[in-house]
Amino acid sequence: MAGHAAQLDAKTLWGGKESPFQTSYGKLMMWFFLVSDALTFGGLLVAYGFTRHDFQGAWPIGEETFNSMPFLGHGYPLLYVALMTFILIVSSVTMVLAVEAGHRMDKKGVVKWMIATIIGGFFFVGSQAWEWSHFIHGSEFGKIELSDGSQAIVKGHFGEIKNFTVVEAGKHHKKGEIIKEDLMHKFQHAAEKGRLKDGMIKLHDGSLAKINKEADSHMQLIIKKDGKDHKVGEAPIHGKAAEKMYYESLYSGEPNHVIYGANLKQNEYGPQQYGQFFFFITGFHGFHVFSGVIINIIILLGVVAGTYHRRGHYEMVEKTGLYWHFVDLVWVFVFTFFYLI
Amino acid sequence: MERDDLIEYSLHAHHSEDQGKVIRKKIYFVTILLTIVTVLEVALGAYIKQSSAAWPFVKWSFVALTILKAGYIVMVFMHLGNEKKSLRYVILVPYILFILYLIFIALWEALEIGSAWSTYGGA
Repeated sequence: MAGHAAQLDAKTLWGGKESPFQTSYGKLMMWFFLVSDALTFGGLLVAYGFTRHDFQGAWPIGEETFNSMPFLGHGYPLLYVALMTFILIVSSVTMVLAVEAGHRMDKKGVVKWMIATIIGGFFFVGSQAWEWSHFIHGSEFGKIELSDGSQAIVKGHFGEIKNFTVVEAGKHHKKGEIIKEDLMHKFQHAAEKGRLKDGMIKLHDGSLAKINKEADSHMQLIIKKDGKDHKVGEAPIHGKAAEKMYYESLYSGEPNHVIYGANLKQNEYGPQQYGQFFFFITGFHGFHVFSGVIINIIILLGVVAGTYHRRGHYEMVEKTGLYWHFVDLVWVFVFTFFYLI
Repeated sequence: MERDDLIEYSLHAHHSEDQGKVIRKKIYFVTILLTIVTVLEVALGAYIKQSSAAWPFVKWSFVALTILKAGYIVMVFMHLGNEKKSLRYVILVPYILFILYLIFIALWEALEIGSAWSTYGGA
């Protein structure tokens, strides 16, 4: 004890000079902010988990919902989201390289890596915009309610619609006219309203037209809601049988048998809450990425102007770096709990 | 009056060219690791369906791999591994304790509510 007491002199005691965490004020406050922000995201993901665990029916599966790639079409489960994850990881790496360059007072290096980070950030925000747009517009098949009352999502290749040939004149279109514009939109709109019947479409002006459409291929129906004959969890229905069931319902002439895409009231992928959580969680994260890009740009301007070099350290880069890594960190969790599991 | 006894901690992080090389090496190592883990996760998800018997194993692997990735991001990219021990624990321990409790209580409650609905609930 004697030796212990001898060390407790005024020199080793904290007299308001050396701070306990040996970190600057700004960095500490950034950490405290990040902890509170992490609680927000933690709360959102736990709320998602809550809804999913108490939900009675089938919850959508990430790889069935997100299987499209820009320019390539369908059949690439989760690859696009994985690519987004990779882009964000790489931009996190370029950010940490900028911080490292700052610690060597290498202004050129900081500028180079921060520009790379900002580009990566824009790529991510752009990717998210594409994904939102895809989620909102939905697939070509939509979610279909079959004749027995069960609901199914549809996979496969949608045969292209060539044209509509008018067989009964309406206000605008004459008999024999061939319509070639905006076909998919007209087709889906008519399907929702129940204006498709036996291969014919009833157009807005009251005319009736024959649908010339190529055959679909590799169609698969995956049941998502129990009906009289088909139950959730049974093997997907393939080929001709699937096509027969799908078009029986689509061409029934009754409304509300099909849902395309997503809005705040309903979506083709699953329960209403699923779409709402998608918009809220990825939206809130995307907003963080966007503000991160803006903050990075502001700090980059400071770097270019030499503000931090004159100050003697690049701690501002380190602080914006902390925020940027945090955004990446959140995405790692969103990727796992929203998309993978 | 300006105080000359305050310590400028921002300067502590400065390092030399040689130290920078070592740090960059570590950064590249973590980059490759994070990429491999992400590819592994997508491959596992693509080959093993949620209806498969191996799914619970895959699901928990996802959770473990996610925590691994998060650990590397926080400890290396965010430098928390190099901060003072007391700071590290002030950041991590309260958050982890709280979030584990929240996950436990919310998911448990959700399962109970779910089973109450399926036992007594309406259509």
